[in-house]
Amino acid sequence: MIKSLEELQKLKEEQLEAIRLREAEQKVRIVVGMGTCGIAAGAREVMAAILDELGKRHLTSVAVTQTGCVGLCAQEPLVDVILPGKPRVTYGKVDANKARQIVAQHVVNGIVISEWVVNRGEA
Amino acid sequence: MEELALHLLDLLENALAAGARHILITIEEDAERDRLTVTVQDDGRGMGAEALPKALDPFYTTRTTRKVGLGLSLFQATAVQCGGTLSLESCPGQGTRVVATMKLSHPDLPPLGDMGATIATALSREEPVEIVYRHRRGMREFQFSSAWLQLHLGEIPLNCGPVLDWVQRYINKGLAELYGGDAK
Ligand SMILES: Nc1ncnc2c1ncn2[C@@H]1O[C@H](COP(=O)(O)OP(=O)(O)OP(=O)(O)O)[C@@H](O)[C@H]1O
Ligand code: FES
Ligand SMILES: [Mg+2]
Repeated sequence: MIKSLEELQKLKEEQLEAIRLREAEQKVRIVVGMGTCGIAAGAREVMAAILDELGKRHLTSVAVTQTGCVGLCAQEPLVDVILPGKPRVTYGKVDANKARQIVAQHVVNGIVISEWVVNRGEA
Repeated sequence: MEELALHLLDLLENALAAGARHILITIEEDAERDRLTVTVQDDGRGMGAEALPKALDPFYTTRTTRKVGLGLSLFQATAVQCGGTLSLESCPGQGTRVVATMKLSHPDLPPLGDMGATIATALSREEPVEIVYRHRRGMREFQFSSAWLQLHLGEIPLNCGPVLDWVQRYINKGLAELYGGDAK
């Protein structure tokens, strides 16, 4: 457990540094749908994979939120990516593997993976 | 659900949907009495005497996005299948407590599963929520408190990716130690 606490301290320092670097700059947001059928379809594994990927890449400027049911059962698990100043992009039928690619391509490089997109917000 | 942790996430989602600010999760494994007890207590809006008996009915839901509400009835089915029960206590304006019991030795008992991911998921939100998780196994106990973490982090929000990733790993490591190095 000592090692975990040291890790936490390091994380905290990285995070504070990141906050200093982008005072005004907005955060990237990732939203995962988490109703009961989303959970049954693997939404929590998707969340776990996203967190793991963000942790490994030290992506401290990404906020992750879950939302309750959004009534799009057939497309679940759903993941929204909102880059600062860009419209919301919704991915459907995401699994852990797709989730990792969404982080690598969309969140890091800003490249939307069109074939998995089920919805886009207004520009 | 294949894991108890997924049922728990369902209960946490219910508590969050009810506007809970504080959630206490306790899991107790009592090998002597062959009993597993899972409790989730929240301070959300609660349910009145009208709604409470209906909450376990899969065709009852206050959600507007679809006609069925499955979270509680699924967990009840698992508990009953495993020689136990699920009970609900609630008071409007004060909160809700869900208690599920199961036989620890029951062959159909789902594995605990990824509690780290479950708690990290419940904490991934803008609105602050305090979650305490206590897991007792015989004489030993593991405990996690999000308030403690928030205190440690100061101004840093909990719902930042790497922080939540730390949470899931921290909890799973703590549980692995509770189970004597044998994860989950
Ligand atoms: N912790 C709670 N506090 C207040 N009300 C609750 C709580 N848990 C459940 N309820 C009420 O009981 C209903 C049934 O809950 P249940 O989890 O079975 O289904 P649901 O949450 O409506 O839908 P689903 O779980 O399938 O996404 C809810 O719609 C809600 O009105
Ligand atoms: S969780 Fe699937 S439609 Fe709501
Ligand atoms: Mg529910």
